[in-house]
Amino acid sequence: MIVVQNLIDAISLGAVYALAALGIGLIFSIMRLINFAHGELIMVGGFVIYSLAGQPMLVMAIAAFIVVTILALGMERIAFRPLRRASPPTLLIASFAVSYFLQHVVLILFGSRPMGVDFLSSLGESVEFAGLRVPLLQLIAIVATVVLMVGLAFFFRASRIGVQMRAAAEDFTMARLLGVKADRVIAVAFALSGILASFVSLYLVAQTGSVSYKMGVNMVLIAFVASVIGGMGSLTGAALGGFLVGLVSVSLQAYLPEELRPYRDAFVFLLFIAFLLWRPQGLLVRQASERV
Amino acid sequence: MSQLTGIAASHPLRTALLLSVIALAVAAVAAFFPPALQRTVTEAFVMLVVVIGLYVFCGNSGVFSFGHVAFMALGGYTSAILTILPAKKQVALQLPDWLTALQLPVSIGGPVAVLFAGIVALLVGLVFMRLRGIALPMATFALLMIVHVVALNWQAVTGGRQALVGLPRTTGLWTAFGYAVVALLVAALYDGTRRGLALRCSRESEVAAAATGIDVERERLVSFVLSAMIVAAGGVLFAHFLGTMTANTFYLDLTFVTLTMLVVGGMRSLTGACAGVALVSVVSEIFRSVERGIDIGGTTIAAPPGLQEIVLALILLIILLTRPHGLVGDWELTLPRNIRARPAPSASTGPESAEVVREGN
Repeated sequence: MIVVQNLIDAISLGAVYALAALGIGLIFSIMRLINFAHGELIMVGGFVIYSLAGQPMLVMAIAAFIVVTILALGMERIAFRPLRRASPPTLLIASFAVSYFLQHVVLILFGSRPMGVDFLSSLGESVEFAGLRVPLLQLIAIVATVVLMVGLAFFFRASRIGVQMRAAAEDFTMARLLGVKADRVIAVAFALSGILASFVSLYLVAQTGSVSYKMGVNMVLIAFVASVIGGMGSLTGAALGGFLVGLVSVSLQAYLPEELRPYRDAFVFLLFIAFLLWRPQGLLVRQASERV
Repeated sequence: MSQLTGIAASHPLRTALLLSVIALAVAAVAAFFPPALQRTVTEAFVMLVVVIGLYVFCGNSGVFSFGHVAFMALGGYTSAILTILPAKKQVALQLPDWLTALQLPVSIGGPVAVLFAGIVALLVGLVFMRLRGIALPMATFALLMIVHVVALNWQAVTGGRQALVGLPRTTGLWTAFGYAVVALLVAALYDGTRRGLALRCSRESEVAAAATGIDVERERLVSFVLSAMIVAAGGVLFAHFLGTMTANTFYLDLTFVTLTMLVVGGMRSLTGACAGVALVSVVSEIFRSVERGIDIGGTTIAAPPGLQEIVLALILLIILLTRPHGLVGDWELTLPRNIRARPAPSASTGPESAEVVREGN
C-alpha cells in the first residue's frame, strides 16, 4: 500500500515538475534559450495572486494568467529578441540577468520576507479511498497537467501556428525559408510558456500558502534538470523528464536512510550528472552528429 | 580571422604587470580612504581573484561555468574549519577530536584549503570534461547545487543553517591586493604556455583544435583545476574578509555577481576580467551608498534595497545586447607604443563572432 501511496505522490509532484519543464522545453526547442527567468514568471504569478487577496478565486487566477503571459511576451521582446543569434550559453546568461532583475524589482515592491496568502487552502484536504490519502490539490494538479498536455498536443497537431512551431523546433532556418514567421512563432511560444508558468504559480501558492521573491528559483532548477533529462528540444521529453524527476525525488525521500534525507536534492543533482554522462542529449532526442 | 590576432599579438605577462601597477595605484590611494570605503576596495580585490580564476577556465575555453562558486565554498569552509578557535568549534560544530583541537594560522590553513579544492576539482573535472556542448555548463550548475545542499545540511561540519562565525579576519587591503597580483601573474603565465594557447585554440574551434592534435578534454581539465584553485583562494580570502559565512554566502547571488563581472568586462581577455570587476564594484558601491541615503538640500533620499542588483542586471543585459564580447573584447592592456603599432582591437565584431564556436546542439 505504501508503494502505491508513494507512486501517487510521485505522479502529482511529477505533474507539476512536468508543467514547469514544458515551459522551459518549449522555449528551448525553438530558440535554444534555457530560460532561467521562467522561475520569475512563476514568482510574479504568485505575487499577482497575493495582490488580489480577497477577490474571487477565478479573478485571481485569470489575472495571474494575463499578467504572466504579458510579462513573458515582454521579456522576449525586450531581452531575448535582440539576442536571437547569440550562442546558447550567452542566452542563458541573459536569462540569468532577466531573472535577477525581476526578483529584485519584486523585492523592492514587496520586501524580502515570505508573505502568507490564503488561496485555495480548502484543497489541502485529502480524499480517502481504499486506504489511500490523496490531497485534493494533488488530484487537481494531475488532472490539470493531463488536460494541459492533451491541449498542447492538440494545439501542435491541429492548429496552423502549432504546426509551424513544430517545424521551427525541428529546423528554425529551414522553417523560416518556407515562410514561417520567426517573430510570431517565438512570441506564441513565450505566451504558452507564460500560461504554463501561471498554472505552476497557482499550484505553488495553493500548496505553500505563501509567496516570496525567490519562490521560482527551486522550481526552475528542477525544471532544468527535467527538461535536460527528457531531451532538450523534445516536448514529450520535457514532460517525461518532469515525471521522472518527481518519481526520483519521492523515491529518495521515501527510501533514503533517515540521516541522508535532508540531502535529497544533492542526490537528485548527482544522479543528474551521472545521467548527463550516460546520455547527454536526453532520453527522447537522437544524438545529432556534430556539424563542422 | 581578426580574433586570432588578439591571441598572437598579446604578451600576457606584460599585461599582467601593467594591470598589477594599476592595482597597486588603486590600493595605495585606497590606503588613505575611510575604513568603510577601504573595505569596498578590499572586497573588489577579493572578487578580482575570483573573477581571474573564472577567466582562466571560462575565458580560455569559452565554456561558461556556473559552478565555480562551489569551489569558493570549499575553500572558505575548509579554511574556516582549520583556523577557527578550538573552543568555538567545540560549540558550533561536531568534528572529530583531532580536527576540533587543530588550529592553524590562516597562512597555512588557506593554502591547505586551496589544495583541497584543487583535488576536488581534479576529481570533478575528470568526470565533467567528458561532457560537450550545453551539458557541461549544466553539470557545473548541478555541482553548485550539490555543494550548496551539503553546506546547508551538514550541520556537524559547516554549521548548517546557522552562520559559521569567528573566522580570523585576516584579509586586509594589502593581503587582498597581494593575492590579486599573484592571481594575475598565474593567469598570465598560464595564458602564455602551450596549454593556454591550445585551450584558446579549442575555444575558437573545437573541431579544428582536435584536428591539429590538441587533446581538448585534457587542456580543459588542466585549466579547470587551476581556475578552481584560484577561485578557492578567492573563497578563502572572502571568508576571512567577512569573518562569518553561511551556505547562502556562496550561492546563486555570488555566482551572478562574479559572472556579471566576467562578462561585462569581456571574458576573452585578462584586461576584460579586471575592467569588469572595477566597473561592477564602482557601480555597486555607488548604489550601495544611494541605498544608505544621500543628503540633497537637507532631506535624505534613500533608494530601496535591491536597486543595486537591478542596476547590475540591467548593465549585464545592455552589455550582452550591445557588446557581446564585453567592454574590452579581445583587447589586452599593453604599453602605448604597442597600441599604435597594432591593428584596431576586434572587440565589436558583432554577435556573429560569438557563434564561431557554436556549441553543439
